[in-house]
Amino acid sequence: MSTLTTEQVYNWLADVKDPEVPVLSILDLGIVRDVAVSETDGQTSVTIKITPTYSGCPAMDVIAIGIRMAMAGHGIQHLTIAPQLSPAWTTDWMTEDGKRKLKEYGIAPPNRKAFAALGLFESDDVECPRCNSHNTALVSQYGPTSCKALYKCEDCKEPFEHFKCH
Amino acid sequence: MTLPYVLRLADDAIIIGHRLSEWCGHGPILEQDIALSNAALDHLGRARSLYQYAAELFNNMPEAEKKEVFTSVSLQNLVNAGSSLDEDNLAYLRDGWDFKNVLLVEQPNIDWAYTVARGLFFDAFNYFYFSALTKSTDTTLAAIAEKSLKEVTYHLRWSSEWVIRLGDGTDESHAKMQKAIDEMWMYTGELFTPVAYETAMQQQGQAPDLKLIQQQWMERITTVCNEATITLPAGTWMQQGGKEGRHSEHLGYILTELQFMQRVYPGMAW
Repeated sequence: MSTLTTEQVYNWLADVKDPEVPVLSILDLGIVRDVAVSETDGQTSVTIKITPTYSGCPAMDVIAIGIRMAMAGHGIQHLTIAPQLSPAWTTDWMTEDGKRKLKEYGIAPPNRKAFAALGLFESDDVECPRCNSHNTALVSQYGPTSCKALYKCEDCKEPFEHFKCH
Repeated sequence: MTLPYVLRLADDAIIIGHRLSEWCGHGPILEQDIALSNAALDHLGRARSLYQYAAELFNNMPEAEKKEVFTSVSLQNLVNAGSSLDEDNLAYLRDGWDFKNVLLVEQPNIDWAYTVARGLFFDAFNYFYFSALTKSTDTTLAAIAEKSLKEVTYHLRWSSEWVIRLGDGTDESHAKMQKAIDEMWMYTGELFTPVAYETAMQQQGQAPDLKLIQQQWMERITTVCNEATITLPAGTWMQQGGKEGRHSEHLGYILTELQFMQRVYPGMAW
């Protein structure tokens, strides 16, 4: 255990999935902010800093349990998971690979740089993840989870979810 | 002065979150029902961060001072037994007079127009307030503000659109929207009237200047109401007291429901 590297920990974290969007790992999502490994008297300690996507995101507790399970599975006995609020999470931290996986899963990925403010009654130009049409309409800016909005495609007529830019 | 200030922000968040959650299962259409549940969750998340911070501040106080902070019997019992407090104790074991939320957030939903009128007033306040609070010299508060601001931006957009949609809608929706704005108006003054702990925090650079927030808020409310063809109320008499623990009777009913499980089954866990 004395040769544990932060790189190894990151490899393990790649197996921890977002419980609400199970095709994404927490690394794809960009919520792991820091990993530190330290040795004291032959004991290996790992500290992992994670940041919530939304303040009330109920997945955060489940994600913390997922991290604990993964680290325990690799024999890590001394683990600290610390929340970090600032800088606040943005969809810009989602990896390109993560955006591709989202689209394949049927969720339109965030498509513009975060926080380019929209005016009232304006909505994003969002591509339908099924038929790639841009002829889509916002149904509601709030969806089944905090991070998603509801859209429908006017061409293939399918409803779909859009991971909001944030 | 930081503890009462943090509790005030936390109490605003949990009480508006509770009010919005009352719409769950009762919204006019599914998408709007979901929208309010989402917003309620954002507020609850902010309340948790703030209560966790408040508990930390309390637990670090000198023992003698701790006994002076709360008058609620259930909390006093814990403190006298030498227990430290956590976020749940603060949310579930304080009585109404220890709550410091503004009166606006405890006002009942009544109907859709009242809900969006209260929403517009409070969301616009939150938007400008948290924008300023990101510059607080208190780094924990600044971080919570930074996180919340993104969510509040969505809330404000949602409530502004609804006030415009109803105000500039049919004769009936216009009349209902105007009435709701008129009746909620007297609860807006308290947002901008500082109490002692707010003034102390502001002087130390930890809290925003309410005069500036009021100007920004008034400008935004005027813009939205103009577009909604709503006449801004002329009334200048404003109800006060929430930030110092003097509440309308509505808060008692909210707490009865919100705190029921922990009061009847103390310390119960999922």
